[in-house]
Amino acid sequence: MTAYEPVIGLEIHVQLATRTKMFCGCELVFGDPPNTHTCPVCLGMPGTLPVVNAEAIRLGLMIGAAFGGELAQRLVFHRKSYFYPDLPKGYQISQFDEPLVSGGRLGDVGLERVHVEEDAAKLTHAGATGRIGGSTSSVVDYNRGGTPLAEIVTLPEIRSAEQASSWLRLLRETLRQLGVSDVNMEEGSLRCDANISIRPVGETTLGTKTELKNMNSFRFIEQGINAEVARQTALVQAGERVQQETLHFDPRTGSITSLRSKEGSHDYRYFPEPDMPPVAVPDELLQSALSSVPELPLERAERFRTELGLHEESARLLAFRRALGDYFEETLQAGGAGTDKQQVANWIGNDLVRRLEAQRKDDEAGETDTDPAQSKVTPAALAELVALVVAKKINRKAGEQVLDVLVAEGGRPQAVVEAKGLAAVGGADELRPVVQAALDANPDVVEKLRTGNMKPIGAIVGAVMKETKGRADGGEVTRITREILGL
Amino acid sequence: MIDRDTVLHVATLSRLELRDDEIEPMARELSAVLGHLETIGELDLDGVEPTTTVVEDRSPLRADEPHRSLPREVALREAPDASDDGFRVPSPQA
Amino acid sequence: MTDPISLSVVEAASALRRGDLSQDELFTAYRDRAAADDTNSFTWLADDLQAGLGGRDAAPGTDRPLAGVPLAVKDLFCVTGVPTASASNLLRGYRPPYTATAIDRLQHEGATILGKTNQDEFAMGSSNENSAFGPVLNPWDRTKVPGGSSGGSAAAVAAGLAPAAIGTDTGGSVRQPAALCGVVGLKPTYGTVSRYGMIAFASSLDQAGPITRNVADAAVLFRAMTGPADRNDMTSIGWAGQAAGIEVPSAERLDGVRIGVPTELLGEGVEPGVRASFDAALARAEELGATVVPIDLPHARHALSAYYLLAPAEASSNLARFDGVRYGNRADIGDGGLVELYTRTRHDGFGPEVKRRIMLGTYALSSGFYDAYYRRAQQTRTKIVEDFAAAHRDVDLIATPTSPTVAWGLGERTDDPVAMYQADVTTLPQSLAGVPAISIPCGLSDGLPVGLQLSGAAFSEQRILDAAHALEQVLGFDASPARRRGPAAPDAPAATGKDAA
Ligand SMILES: [Mg+2]
Ligand SMILES: [Zn+2]
Repeated sequence: MTAYEPVIGLEIHVQLATRTKMFCGCELVFGDPPNTHTCPVCLGMPGTLPVVNAEAIRLGLMIGAAFGGELAQRLVFHRKSYFYPDLPKGYQISQFDEPLVSGGRLGDVGLERVHVEEDAAKLTHAGATGRIGGSTSSVVDYNRGGTPLAEIVTLPEIRSAEQASSWLRLLRETLRQLGVSDVNMEEGSLRCDANISIRPVGETTLGTKTELKNMNSFRFIEQGINAEVARQTALVQAGERVQQETLHFDPRTGSITSLRSKEGSHDYRYFPEPDMPPVAVPDELLQSALSSVPELPLERAERFRTELGLHEESARLLAFRRALGDYFEETLQAGGAGTDKQQVANWIGNDLVRRLEAQRKDDEAGETDTDPAQSKVTPAALAELVALVVAKKINRKAGEQVLDVLVAEGGRPQAVVEAKGLAAVGGADELRPVVQAALDANPDVVEKLRTGNMKPIGAIVGAVMKETKGRADGGEVTRITREILGL
Repeated sequence: MIDRDTVLHVATLSRLELRDDEIEPMARELSAVLGHLETIGELDLDGVEPTTTVVEDRSPLRADEPHRSLPREVALREAPDASDDGFRVPSPQA
Repeated sequence: MTDPISLSVVEAASALRRGDLSQDELFTAYRDRAAADDTNSFTWLADDLQAGLGGRDAAPGTDRPLAGVPLAVKDLFCVTGVPTASASNLLRGYRPPYTATAIDRLQHEGATILGKTNQDEFAMGSSNENSAFGPVLNPWDRTKVPGGSSGGSAAAVAAGLAPAAIGTDTGGSVRQPAALCGVVGLKPTYGTVSRYGMIAFASSLDQAGPITRNVADAAVLFRAMTGPADRNDMTSIGWAGQAAGIEVPSAERLDGVRIGVPTELLGEGVEPGVRASFDAALARAEELGATVVPIDLPHARHALSAYYLLAPAEASSNLARFDGVRYGNRADIGDGGLVELYTRTRHDGFGPEVKRRIMLGTYALSSGFYDAYYRRAQQTRTKIVEDFAAAHRDVDLIATPTSPTVAWGLGERTDDPVAMYQADVTTLPQSLAGVPAISIPCGLSDGLPVGLQLSGAAFSEQRILDAAHALEQVLGFDASPARRRGPAAPDAPAATGKDAA
């Protein structure tokens, strides 16, 4: 049987973090009562005209600069016509053949374009189920209508659902760090559509694609793409054809349904927006956009890896979560020369983050919002803690206990070590008699060790730990045992 | 020229209901008008840039500063069916 | 004391300033006359001066140049709280929550609103017969059309129901009705008057302009309407410097002025009587020192095709917002769904010509036809723009008859859209080129007014106004017959106009 591979391109709509709407001065406030942020322009009242928000253009250019795309020299808008109650003018002002950004790349996926446009309003479906199906009437809230959007369109270079969702995570973090959007999927400030087709492995032409609309979490994106790839594969294997259509994935049932079946034919009748003559991108806007692009996750990960010698995984973790990366760099600064950078990375990336996340597990804000800088553990304290462990002044277990205290109460590690008596049982002189006693108490273990079978050493380490209340260094116990037994 | 099917297709795109007795006259009138307008088909326009507007490059952009929005009762005042603080329409998929 | 109705805008404003006349007196004189109107020129009348302020609290300060001058305003201008329907059933009863910039500027200069004037629905028409409020009658002969789409505005001024009116011109909608009603109509350079608050017909062409009894009034109103770039309108191009330069014209001579006559636009279709008046007017221009030369506008005869593709295309999109959701009148759809809401609301709300143009425009933009129709029309527009630029390297002004015919009979062309569209053949080229043009009455043919159109390069309003003024003085057109037949003297015998020809 022929093997098929998926070919996936993504279209991501990102709400830009401006104060006001794309074409009018209504303020953007999420969650306010319906229809309290509207004006004649964003209600599409007769006679009103759009005026472009310069900040939306600046943020769009920042995205383009971050992706290394080609930035447009002039702003050209088109009208995209279709009728829907969330679209007050009967057309969306968007861009067509001259997008703000052409080309570019982020990580392993190339970009086709980034263009700016206005968002639609919110339709609330009233009726039995509260969902779109089965309701008899809907109510429109135009507060969101006219929010500036950047639509980011990738090339069809994605080959799996997993790749799609991990690339989207990278995109989201990049946009977050750029500061161009809240990128909050629950609030709809980042929305993703996927164009999906399949083709026999080895084939280079593209099959008929379907468009899977508006998936609002990474999990649903993966599930949705997988479901659609499976659906298309089954169709093709049964000798049928894939129809070009717009689809909706229902994460509750895992089913895929066709959208807009009642809308009639699709013909958006794009034409140049005559209310908005083309205008050159003002140079000060361009310069401001270019100078506002910070170091981005991929660049930072590369720097962490090559300049600081972190493992790939640590480098990505700290770079892709800016709060962690910033805290990491502050800790290195506090620790001074000679700080073990990989150890600091491990302590932040594993131990500290796990504790902080457990501490605020009720919070809905989500994993990536954890910021150690907001905790009681100062970078200086963490640097000191890592130094104590690296210098074997305390063992790792004790270090973890110290961290527990720091997370709960703050303070300095040395003081915690002293207050709790966690200092490692120092040196061979102090440890040797304890090891000797343990060997004496376990002759059967000693017998096995002498034959070269080191497995039972755990019993000796355990006994020593018990005797020293956990302050001994396991490696040191093994070393002294070998020394005593002449191994 | 413009036949009945084309008229119906364009009416659908335009969201215009046409009663049965309105379709043929519309086809006839549109055909007559288009027939008359087709003189531009004779022109040699190769390489001629289209003109969308005569006022290019004059318009300043808007600063990202809020203005006062309409009070909701004013926003809804002209609506044929205002309810639940919004504009009510038949459900798109009803 | 002089009859207030006899005063032009400039005269009324100075009488008000001198205290010879009170604002209420002037307003009431027109209000009473307009209330007795039998030309159907108005869609709404202000009850009193206060109602005419359209949402403004204070009466215009007496120090403003237009303080107390009541103006008739085309129905498609949004004015806060004032019925604004663009003569469509779909919008009948709509009261906007804001005021159009052009009207706001006039109010700022002290003008008040006498009423809203009838027009073709959404400004689509050349005879004012496409109105949900019924046709407007020509004050010169009530069996004739007044022209369109600003027919009510032109008729109101001609009949002496208002000292002046504000109309809009997309393909001739100020100039052509002004010509057919024997008054002055100015279409300014595209972009000099903000479009904000004008219910759009065709965005790239719509332009507001004054309709007045004389050229001086047109200059005064244009100066008040134009100004710095409107921050609500990206097609408004900021004309503060030039606006300050607009002076009330006083020129008496045309020495050194070169006037071009495009032979292409004088061909078939121009009535002999119109041609005679036009030629006579040019002869007077030469007597005043002008040089009249034939010129070529090789693509001007394609303007009609380009216009009737571009304007409906833009209109089909501009009118998509009329869907019965946020404002306007929704059809009764019973159990119908969203599709019925749209299709029936638009079926019932729009008149036949509006539907025809929406269909035509949608077709021109639709997949597979865009290049052949819409794009070719845009390219043709480029050629027309170039024609005008080339012509103005040689001549200062371009003269044509404003309309190939005088006012025709009501109902005469309503069954023939193509014949109706021909009415604009001489005004469309200037609209596509975006240049300013004025129509002044230059004589009578069969007892009906003939208009002379003078256009110039972009921003040459002052030159056009000066030349029009100089000609106006020597042409001595007598507009009084239309006023005398008005409601104040319904049985007055029809006076014979002084035919300049
Ligand atoms: Mg989009
Ligand atoms: Zn708004």
